[in-house]
Amino acid sequence: MNNEYRPYTLIAELTYRCPLRCPYCSNPLGYAGHGNEIDTDTWLRVFQEAEALCVVQLNLTGGEPLLRDDLEQLIERASRLELYTNLITSGIPLTFERLSRFAALGLNCVQVSVQSSRSTESDRIAGAPSFHRKLEVMQWVASLELPLTLNVVLHRDNIGEIAELIALAERVSADRLELANAQYLGWALKNRVALLPTREQIETARTIAADARERLRGTMEVIFVTPDYYSVHPKSCMDGWGRRFIVVNPEGLALPCHLAHTLPGLRFDNVTKRHLADIWHHSDGFNQFRGDGWLPDACRSCDRHTKDFGGCRCQAFHVTGNAGATDPACSLSPDHGFIESARSQASQSAGVPILFEYRNGRGFAQ
Amino acid sequence: MTNRMTGDIARPQLSPKVRLRFDRRTGRYLLLYPETGLELSRTATEIARLCTGEWTVDGIAQHLAQIHTEISPVEITRDVLDFLKTLAGRGLLQGFK
Repeated sequence: MNNEYRPYTLIAELTYRCPLRCPYCSNPLGYAGHGNEIDTDTWLRVFQEAEALCVVQLNLTGGEPLLRDDLEQLIERASRLELYTNLITSGIPLTFERLSRFAALGLNCVQVSVQSSRSTESDRIAGAPSFHRKLEVMQWVASLELPLTLNVVLHRDNIGEIAELIALAERVSADRLELANAQYLGWALKNRVALLPTREQIETARTIAADARERLRGTMEVIFVTPDYYSVHPKSCMDGWGRRFIVVNPEGLALPCHLAHTLPGLRFDNVTKRHLADIWHHSDGFNQFRGDGWLPDACRSCDRHTKDFGGCRCQAFHVTGNAGATDPACSLSPDHGFIESARSQASQSAGVPILFEYRNGRGFAQ
Repeated sequence: MTNRMTGDIARPQLSPKVRLRFDRRTGRYLLLYPETGLELSRTATEIARLCTGEWTVDGIAQHLAQIHTEISPVEITRDVLDFLKTLAGRGLLQGFK
């Protein structure tokens, strides 16, 4: 059977609510409030429909998924469907008892993010006191023998801490360390001038991460994700549009990536109205950028398009105004000048403190 | 004395975070672990299933050699060691380095 368009992972964005206010949040800028979240039964059905499509991995994420009080039910069903289930969380608000329950119900692994290796800085970036609690949660994860991924979104103010971040990951016995440079979309694009590191910062961090990867091989996986503003070629965003991932957002929209619905002119379907398999195979939105019929000239004439699939559609739109353009991160894109000028802006403003615009709107329900 | 490398006395065991799952789409087994997975060949599946902590590396190779008489034992031993090293490099094995 054709495996070209086969979803392996369901990314379940259970809520956009979050107690933190990180300035690079990947949620859309005008995110919805609590009232529009799909209910427990719908999620349980979506998991079942995803498994029927041969999905094998489930990411429970948000916002902050812990704010859903039906998380126990969701984990239990996922486990019964043999989905490899990953809880992606800030660790707030959580108790050891609740985490133990998740483990007993079949949760497979946990991903916690910190904003910095230093508590005051982490709390400043998160916009809320959170660092000490995160450390405690990571110790709970280890004590329950759940594999832990420590995720850090890198930007200009914390990329210099790379060695400390690696030491922190070792201290909390992380199984994986994701050092992921911010993707400049959504909130991060709004804050790009304050966030984008210089090339020198990136190169230094990359070297330290590469050394740690060798030293820790077999014990802890160290992953360093370069920002595509500094790569020659674009990323194969989501492993290609509608190939490997399904995102279902808090309102029930099924999407090829978490920001796809911010692209104008595309139609996406809601899981409350249409079966997931039907959406995956037949919906306009999922089929829009599949295959190579839509490819712009710069990609069609380049043999890398079978590897990067033309890059990120959202980045293409936010920079060029055309979601069907070559990702401007590519040096062959006619719009690559934008990326080059962002880089030179970063090197000019190196060392200058710039204030973030915090994610705002309806956050944590007090 | 440690049983570091030259597999003979090592008894590899899949890490508790690993799940083996049959994939209806391809008819193969997937070895799932945090955030990703590996699609296993038939031989790799047979090896993975013997990584219980009870079998030695030699024992695994001998067992497979009895089943696959068409393949030379040398080749099988090499395949077993290669696959175990792949798993160990990804942190998916205990009792083998």
